[in-house]
Amino acid sequence: MEREKKALKPRKGAKGSFAQRFYKQRYLMIMSLPFVIWCFIFSYLPMFGWIMAFQDFKLQRSLTESFFTAEWVGLQHFQELFRDERFYFALRNTLGMSILGITIGFVIPIVFAIMINELRNGLFKRTIQTISYLPHFISWVIAAGMISQMLSANGPVNDLLISAGVLDERVPFLGIGEMFWGIITVSDIWKEVGWNAIVFLAAITSVDTALYEAAEVDGAGRFRRIWHITLPSISNVIMVILIMNIGWLVNVGFERQMLLGSDQIRRWAEVLDIYVLRFGIGMGRYSYGTAIGIFRSSVSIILLYVANRLAKRSSGGGII
Amino acid sequence: MMTNMKSNYKKFMRQKTSEKIFEVILYIVMTGALIITLFPFLNVLAISFNLSSDTATGGVGIFPRVFTLDNYKELSRFPALWTGFYISVLRTVIGAVTGLFCTSMLAYVLSRRDYMFRKFVTTMFLLTMYVSGGLIPYFMVIRVFSLNNSFWIYIVPSLISAYNLIIVRSFIEGVPDSLQESAIIDGANDVQIFVRVIVPLCKPVLATVALFIAVAQWNSWFDTYLYAPFEESITTLQYELMKILQGAASSGVARGTAAQLQMAKTISPLSIRMAITVVTIIPIIVVYPFAQKYFVSGMTLGAVKG
Repeated sequence: MEREKKALKPRKGAKGSFAQRFYKQRYLMIMSLPFVIWCFIFSYLPMFGWIMAFQDFKLQRSLTESFFTAEWVGLQHFQELFRDERFYFALRNTLGMSILGITIGFVIPIVFAIMINELRNGLFKRTIQTISYLPHFISWVIAAGMISQMLSANGPVNDLLISAGVLDERVPFLGIGEMFWGIITVSDIWKEVGWNAIVFLAAITSVDTALYEAAEVDGAGRFRRIWHITLPSISNVIMVILIMNIGWLVNVGFERQMLLGSDQIRRWAEVLDIYVLRFGIGMGRYSYGTAIGIFRSSVSIILLYVANRLAKRSSGGGII
Repeated sequence: MMTNMKSNYKKFMRQKTSEKIFEVILYIVMTGALIITLFPFLNVLAISFNLSSDTATGGVGIFPRVFTLDNYKELSRFPALWTGFYISVLRTVIGAVTGLFCTSMLAYVLSRRDYMFRKFVTTMFLLTMYVSGGLIPYFMVIRVFSLNNSFWIYIVPSLISAYNLIIVRSFIEGVPDSLQESAIIDGANDVQIFVRVIVPLCKPVLATVALFIAVAQWNSWFDTYLYAPFEESITTLQYELMKILQGAASSGVARGTAAQLQMAKTISPLSIRMAITVVTIIPIIVVYPFAQKYFVSGMTLGAVKG
């Protein structure tokens, strides 16, 4: 690997002036420049829009004109935001659901991968894998449709629980706010467990089988082999994925909450993104919505920074 | 197969009791997982083929009780579904082709260790996975470029995803340098190397990424919801399905949003909703068995580098 690295270097000048090197790489520049511009427009240009949060932005005929003529109001929108009770509900729901996701939703795929690895019957193993990836490929629109059918008062889950005697009367699960975080977490596991297990399974299968054989000779049972060989061998992968997930903590996503939630359980279902949609775009309060976006991004950046530091300390390489 | 089972059985019997119990529990749990995963699909399928009035009495499992095709015939009452289907196919195909071209080209440039801005451009794209300007400023940018209410809203902003970029780049980095070097000796420039050497060697990973893009395009609904809610000529299948499902569940989300006001008030029977769901899943199910191995290899590749 090291040798290959050196091999490419000399031919395309590490030598020569900046202009000379640039000219030599002119084709590479042509091949990449449009995408750099594209990336700037769609990912970085919006950040200039953060100025809106400090203005009283009103959308007029010309967008740029309304941008430059807007009145400055300083931190007024932030003050308003931090006074709004609904904002704290949205924040609580965002953090609550993402923490559930990052703990339960993170452990289950690891357990699932280990269990798949323990299956001896090859056909059954392949079937499980194939079937478990399937829900990943359907949209949340469809998944939400299925889940609300499953959980509806006349749905199969109620049928099952009533005939098993767990419930006395039919319960519309999606109408109960207190259950919403749990439903979201379980739905997410249903949809993604097989898919998220792929990484761990790949890590497990790359473990040297000689280790297992040696452990078996030494009299280690299956649990001990899992505990002392499988888990330590994949701990690196687990750390990397965990740290990446921390960076995404406040980006919990909103499709699930949007499609499964309803007005009557808004106190439990509304996450920051939906709050932005409802107040920012829905009511045309663009400045206010932008202020929320800034708050969210700031939290995200802090978490990312912490996660990156953690990554560097634990594995010697950052995630960025 | 038989001998395999026999040896499995022998292995099973040789274990300690606690391990036998473990094994039994393992198989029970996994079978349970299998059923939980599959049941919703089969239930939807059964309801879509079941007589609507019979479904209303409840308790349909995984087989239709009174078989009928009426639910599917009813779909003709939703002309928007046809437009949606057409646009969804179109965006899937165009999105996959353009996305694949752009992703692989940039991935090649970033795989070149001598590329001057390698670090800068890579970081620029990687950061987009974590930080964004937020919904509203993005919405404004889309408006500035007049992409809202245009078909190109589906294609242009999602040309390259950082994740796919990493997958392709790490695959290209695995291609031996000697191939590129011999092409240079033959007088090839960077574009020619990309087209003649890299692309043919990267077919497996390109297939993977094409499928990732295609699935994302097919499943996307939020862009229609936000940027073209009233533009009937570019509505998508998923968006139409969403309107129908949400209208029925009357669980509107952001009531204030303009799109919500227009959301179909018509409440369609469960059977028809399930029939539409089946129609929307079919393309995925048909492609899935062939595509599975590409998906998995892509996921593994992405994780190694990601």
